[in-house]
Amino acid sequence: MRAAARPGPLMRPLVLWGVPGFAALAVAILAGVVIGETPLPFGMVAAVFANHLLEAGHVVDPIDAGIIWNYRLPRTLVAAACGAGLALSGVVLQAIVRNALADPYLLGVSAGASTGAVAVTILGLGGGMIGISTGAFVGATLAFALVAALARAAGGGSAQLVLAGIAGSQLFNALTSFFIAKSANAEQARGIIYWLLGNLSGVRWPDVSLALPVVACGFVICLWFVRALDAFTFGTSSAASLGISVRRVQVVLIGMTTLMTATMVSLVGSIGFVGLVIPHAMRFLTGPGHARLIPASALAGAVFLIAADVTSRIIIPGQVVPIGVVTALVGAPGFALILIHNRSRA
Amino acid sequence: MKLSAAGLGWQAGHRMIVEGVSVEIAAGETFGLVGPNGSGKSTLLRLMAGLLPRPQGVVQLDGTPLTSLPRREIARRIAFVEQQAETTEALRARDVVALGRTPWLSALAPFGAADVGIVAASLRQVGMEDMALRAWSTLSGGERQRVQIARALAQQPRLLVLDEPTNHLDIHHQLALLRLISRLPVTVVLALHDLNQAMGCDRLGVMEAGRMVACGPPARVLTPDRLMNIFRVRATRLKDPDDGASLFRFHCLED
Repeated sequence: MRAAARPGPLMRPLVLWGVPGFAALAVAILAGVVIGETPLPFGMVAAVFANHLLEAGHVVDPIDAGIIWNYRLPRTLVAAACGAGLALSGVVLQAIVRNALADPYLLGVSAGASTGAVAVTILGLGGGMIGISTGAFVGATLAFALVAALARAAGGGSAQLVLAGIAGSQLFNALTSFFIAKSANAEQARGIIYWLLGNLSGVRWPDVSLALPVVACGFVICLWFVRALDAFTFGTSSAASLGISVRRVQVVLIGMTTLMTATMVSLVGSIGFVGLVIPHAMRFLTGPGHARLIPASALAGAVFLIAADVTSRIIIPGQVVPIGVVTALVGAPGFALILIHNRSRA
Repeated sequence: MKLSAAGLGWQAGHRMIVEGVSVEIAAGETFGLVGPNGSGKSTLLRLMAGLLPRPQGVVQLDGTPLTSLPRREIARRIAFVEQQAETTEALRARDVVALGRTPWLSALAPFGAADVGIVAASLRQVGMEDMALRAWSTLSGGERQRVQIARALAQQPRLLVLDEPTNHLDIHHQLALLRLISRLPVTVVLALHDLNQAMGCDRLGVMEAGRMVACGPPARVLTPDRLMNIFRVRATRLKDPDDGASLFRFHCLED
């Protein structure tokens, strides 16, 4: 009995879950590079990878090689980073505010980030001293602070938080529209609205070197705090009595969530439902313990967003559908399932 | 572990919820708090456990001020059981008890075989070892309360603070729980509503409007006069012919 209850050595879950997980991620990345408007054979993709990574010197058409290395690979990697970052943000927010419906999109953080990014791009806020991602971070932080304060003033319940999130989203979306109407010309407006719906078309290598480190950093911080996240199960007061410095953990983890969300929004626009649906799906697989939920959600989020990106490229021939539309088409029914499932548990 | 509180107070807005409470609780003692609704029992318990922001006064554990200890160190000494704990997470009883190990673990000292043993022993102490794998959502009120106490025991505290632990329990589970608590080898501070159950404590503190108006052995503290003034009931003291223990019968004063 006792032996069965004892957690196995670190290696066993790593082999059991990690190997298939990383295999799925690798397959998804390959699919993201192979599948597209012009399907490129797997052999060519392998040759291009070999050329860049091992200096193999295979002969490949330079245009195809360019599509693979400069266009599809960075796009796929950023999709993976965004998916992982948004899923992690969802897990962390759900644990810390103890609300199954918490997610950067629903709580208005994404909307705030969009407003910040748009303010920098078209209003020229900061006079060129502030980058788009910094603007997004400021906007996201303001939005979260506003939503949290409103939820608190309204009584601090679960429903209040979601309603405050709706109010915050509406306010910041309205601000974004106002900025666009006031200052953007027709061409800019079209571009921004397309970007706001989630768009990976313009992604290149410099974006990878921003997205990957931010997500890697966020992932490590989440892993560091897995016990603290578990301790929030019965609320903040219970977490405090278990020895958690509640305020410090909240500031660090919410700050990190906001940073990840802001970075992703500044790169690819606002993508909804990943932070909501992926963590819930993973809870069915791994259970509520964060030591497993965090890595599982990061991996699943990455794979999911790559799949969504591939779908967005091929669903209408000759046209790219905004990725936010694809995630919403999958996510909204997922959201409905969560609502129904929660009722049965309440 | 000895707990001494001096001049404890807490303010919500402009209202004093607890004011000027000083008390010493000896190691191994079972100390009960009684008082009408809203008299400040829960707040005083939270103050003693160091769980409230901006407290007035000082709480010392074996001479060390609580405010000089990091949260984690406090959690290794004091475990707190709330009146009611709720979660929608799909946890099993064993997972809940394992949360009690939190103050002893870190990223570098993960949950290990010793912790598994402590969790199992804690479940055994509250008689829940057969339900270790049961889902939290399927447990009854009494079972949840016992699991929360096992969680508190897994913290290996030297002081256990319980806020009305017998609330929502049927009479069998109330008595079983109080017997369990009285047998634990730790200092216990608990709030109780049932004054006859409170007679089983070593000492009682009586709360009224945020102040501790009396403190001492139950028989000396719960006098008919005091019960009339504070609890607004007329009490008749009866003797159980079985063992000579005294108990109260209450009559409502206002109609």
